[in-house]
Amino acid sequence: MEHVDFSLVDWSRLQFAVTAMYHWIFVSLTLGLAVIVAVMHTLYVRTNNEEWKNLTKFWMILFGVNLALGVASGIILEFQFGTNWSNYSWFVGDVFGAPLAIEGFMAFFLKAAFFAVMFFGWNRVSKGFHLLSTWLVAGSACISALWILIANAWMQYPVGMQFNPDLARNEMIDFWAVILSPVAITKFFHSVSAGFVTGGVVVVGISSWYLLKNRHKELARKSILVGASVGLFGLAVVMISGHFSAVHVGQKQPMKLAAIEGLFEGQEGAPFSVVAFSRSTNNPERPYELEMRGLKIPNLLSFMATNSFTGFVPGIVDLIEGNKERGIMSAYERARRGRVAQTALRELREARDTDPEEHARLRALFNDEVWLSEYFAHFGYGFFYDENPDVFRQNIARLVPNVPLNYWSFRIMIGLGFLFIFVLGLFGWWAYKDKLDGNKKLFYRLALICIPLVYISTQAGWVVAEVGRQPWVVQDLMPTFAGVTSEMSVGAVQTTLLVFAVLLSALFVAALKIMFAQIKKGPKEG
Amino acid sequence: MFENMSHLALQHYWFILVSLLGGFLVFLLFVQGGQTLIYSIGKTKRERDILVNSLGHKYPLTFTTLVTFGAGFFAAFPLFYATSFGGAYWVWILILLCFVLQPIGYRFRSYTDNLFGEKTYEMFLIITGLLGTILLGTAVATFFTGSKFEIVNNHAGTISSVWRGGARGLELAFDFTRYATFINLSLGLAVFCLARILGALYFINNVSDDGIVQKAARMVKIMAVPFLVFFLFFLINILLKDGFAYNEAGVIAMEPYKYFRNLIEMPLVGLFLLAGVVLVLAGIGLGAFVRSAKGIWLAGAGTILTVFALFLTAGLNNTAFYPAYGEFLQHSLHIQNSSSSFYTLVAMSYASLITPLVIAYVWYAWREMNKKKIDDKEIDAKDENRY
Repeated sequence: MEHVDFSLVDWSRLQFAVTAMYHWIFVSLTLGLAVIVAVMHTLYVRTNNEEWKNLTKFWMILFGVNLALGVASGIILEFQFGTNWSNYSWFVGDVFGAPLAIEGFMAFFLKAAFFAVMFFGWNRVSKGFHLLSTWLVAGSACISALWILIANAWMQYPVGMQFNPDLARNEMIDFWAVILSPVAITKFFHSVSAGFVTGGVVVVGISSWYLLKNRHKELARKSILVGASVGLFGLAVVMISGHFSAVHVGQKQPMKLAAIEGLFEGQEGAPFSVVAFSRSTNNPERPYELEMRGLKIPNLLSFMATNSFTGFVPGIVDLIEGNKERGIMSAYERARRGRVAQTALRELREARDTDPEEHARLRALFNDEVWLSEYFAHFGYGFFYDENPDVFRQNIARLVPNVPLNYWSFRIMIGLGFLFIFVLGLFGWWAYKDKLDGNKKLFYRLALICIPLVYISTQAGWVVAEVGRQPWVVQDLMPTFAGVTSEMSVGAVQTTLLVFAVLLSALFVAALKIMFAQIKKGPKEG
Repeated sequence: MFENMSHLALQHYWFILVSLLGGFLVFLLFVQGGQTLIYSIGKTKRERDILVNSLGHKYPLTFTTLVTFGAGFFAAFPLFYATSFGGAYWVWILILLCFVLQPIGYRFRSYTDNLFGEKTYEMFLIITGLLGTILLGTAVATFFTGSKFEIVNNHAGTISSVWRGGARGLELAFDFTRYATFINLSLGLAVFCLARILGALYFINNVSDDGIVQKAARMVKIMAVPFLVFFLFFLINILLKDGFAYNEAGVIAMEPYKYFRNLIEMPLVGLFLLAGVVLVLAGIGLGAFVRSAKGIWLAGAGTILTVFALFLTAGLNNTAFYPAYGEFLQHSLHIQNSSSSFYTLVAMSYASLITPLVIAYVWYAWREMNKKKIDDKEIDAKDENRY
C-alpha cells in the first residue's frame, strides 16, 4: 500500500457523512410529503372542499422548509465529489458523472420551473395547471432520487464499464446496464418508499398532536387518512424491495452481508440473528475474528440472502481467508493479483514514451480476457497489498466493515419498520372508520414518538448501505482511501467540516423552530 | 445519430453545450445581483418584501443552472472537474457556501420564528449575491490566465491531479505579484456589476411599483460605468495576451494573441461576442433611460451571447480551456485530453435532446407566473408560503 494519510481520509469521510446524513433527513421527508401534498391538492381540485386546500397549504409550508434545506445540503454533496474526492472523480467520472448531469437536466429544471408555480400559483394560474405543477414537483423529487440512486448503486455494484489503461480510468460501455442494474432498481424503490414512510409517519404524528390538544380534529383525521395511506403503501414497497436488496447484497457485496449479520463463518441454512452481542477474540493473527451470542431464527438469513432456506452464506473468514470448497478466493490472493495488475498498469504508462515493444506487450495484456479475469478483476484489492506480512495482514483486516455499527443499524431499521406498520395501519383504520376519539391518547403519544424514530430508522438504513460498503468507495474497484483528493491538507478538510456542521446544525435548528411554530399555529380552519 | 459523430465532434458539442449553460447561468445571476440591491433599492420593509418575492420566484432556476453547469462539466470533462474542484478548493468551497445560503435566505426569511431574525437571512442573500458573482467570474477568468497544477502518475498506475498553487485557489484572487490576478479579479468584478445591472433591469420588468422602478433605473446607470471599466480591462487583456494553444500531438505552447485570433478564425464566435456586447449596452440604455421592461431581455440575451462566446474562445480552436502555467504548461487541459469517453458522450448527447423540452416548460412556467407583476397586494396577502 502506498503511503496513505488516513487522517485525511477519515476527516473527508466524516465531512461527507455529516452532509449526507443531514441531506437524507430533509430529503426523506421531502419525498413523502411531496406526494402527500399532491394527493391533498388533487382532493381539493376534485371536491372543491376548502379544507383540502387549507391542508395542502399547511403541509406545503413544512415541505418548503425541508426542500430548501435538502437543496442546500445536496449541492454540498455534488461539489464534494470534486473538492474532496477528486481522484475518485477522475477514476470513475466517466461513468459516475453522467447520472448527475442527467439528474440536472431531467429533475432539477422540472423542480425549479414548477416549484414557484406550486407555491405561488394559487391566484396566478389555472387550477389544473397549478395541480399539474404540484405533481410535477413531487415527480421531480422522485426522478432526482432515481438518478442519484443509480449513481449510488453503481458504487455498490459497478457494471456497464470497462477499464481504459491508456487513461487509467473506468469508462462506460453500457448505459442501460448502469441504469437498469438490479441494485439500482431495488435501491430506488427502497429509498423512495422509505421517504413515503417518513412522510406518512410525520403527518400522522403531527396530526396526533392536534388530536391530543383537541384541535383541528377533522383536518387531523383527513391528514391521517392520506398520511397513513401513503405511509402504508411505502412500507409495502419497502418490505418487498428490502428482500430483493438483501439478496443483491448477498450476491454482490457478501462482506457487507457478513458484517450486517456478524457472521464469522459461512454456513448453509444460516440463521438470522435477532439480537446478539459480539466480542472480539483479540487474535492477532485474525484481527477480524469475533464471537456472536444471542437469539437466532434458523435458516432465515439463508432465505433472505439466497431465496433458499438451505443456501450457503459466506462469513467473514471465508471472504478473507478463502474457501476452496465454495470457490471463494482469499482476500490475500486477490490483493497479490491486484498488485500484479497495478504493476502492469504502472509499467505500461512508464513504457509509453520510452519502450514501444514493452508498451505493446503490456497493452496486449489489457485485451487478454484471461489475464483480465485472473488479475485485473482484483485491481482494487491491489491497494491493500504490502511486502511486509504484518502490514499486509493489517491491511487485509481493513476489508471488514464495522460489524457492530452495521449489525445494530440493520436491526434498528427493521425493528422500527415493524412498529410503523402497526402504527400506520391502526391510525389509517381509525381515520377511515372515523374513530379517532379522545380515548386514544396513549396511541396519539406513540404516533408522536414515532416522528424521531422514523428518522433514526432511515438514517440507520443509510448507515447500512454506506458504512457496509467500506472500505470501498466503488465496490472491489477503488478503496475509499484511494479516492480522496491528493495532497489535500487535513486542516482544510477539518475547517470545512466544522463550517458545514455548524451551518447545517444551525439551519436545522432554525428549520425546527419554524416548523414547530407553524405546527402550533396549525392549518387554517373553514 | 450521435454514434456517427467523431469523438472530437462530440467533445466540441459538449463544450458548446456547457458554454451555453454558462451563458444562461451568468444571465440568471440577475437573481444574485438583485439580492445585493435589496437594501440599495428597497428602503422600506415593504419594498424589500416586494424585491425578495420578485427574485424568489426565479432563484431556483439560477441554482439549478449552476448545479447542471457543474454536473455537465463533471460528466463531459471529468478531469477538469477533478482538477479544478479538488485544486482550487477554497474558491469552490466559498462559491458553494454562497449557494447553500441562498435557498435558506429565501425560504426562512419571512417566518417570524426563524431563530436568527429576518436581517440575518437578508444578509445571506446579500453575501450570496456579492461573493458568489465575484468568485464565479474570478474562477472562469482562470480559463484564460491559467492555474498551477500537474497531472501525476501514482504507484498503482492511476492518475491524479495535484494542485501546486500555494493557497488552494485563493492565490488566483489574492496573489497580487502576478498580473493575471488583476485579470481574474476584473472579470469577477465585471460579473458582479453585470449581475446588479441585470437584477435592476429585472425589477423594472417584474415589479409594479413606481418608486422601485425609478430607483432600479438609477442603479442601472450607476453600475454601468464600473461594469464597462472592469469588462473592458478584462477583454482587452485577454485579446492582447498570449494564449494556451495545443497542436495535433497534444503539445501545449504559448501563442501570441491566441484569443484574438480565435475570434478572427471563428468569425461566428466573434460575431456572438460583438452582438452580445451591443445587446447588453442596448439593454442598459433601455432600462436606464426609458425604464423599459424589455431591457432585461436585451441585456439578458446579450449576456448569454457574450459569455457563450468567451467560453468558446477559451476552449475551441485548439485552445486549452483549463491551462496550467509555468513549468506545468504541458499538463494543461483541453477538450480532448480531459473529456469523457466516446460512448459516454454519445449516451449523454441523447439525454441532452431533452433540452428543448426543458427550455419550453421553463419558458411556459415563467410566462404564466409573470403574467401578473409583483405588487403590494401580493405582499399584503400574508400567505405563509411567500418569501
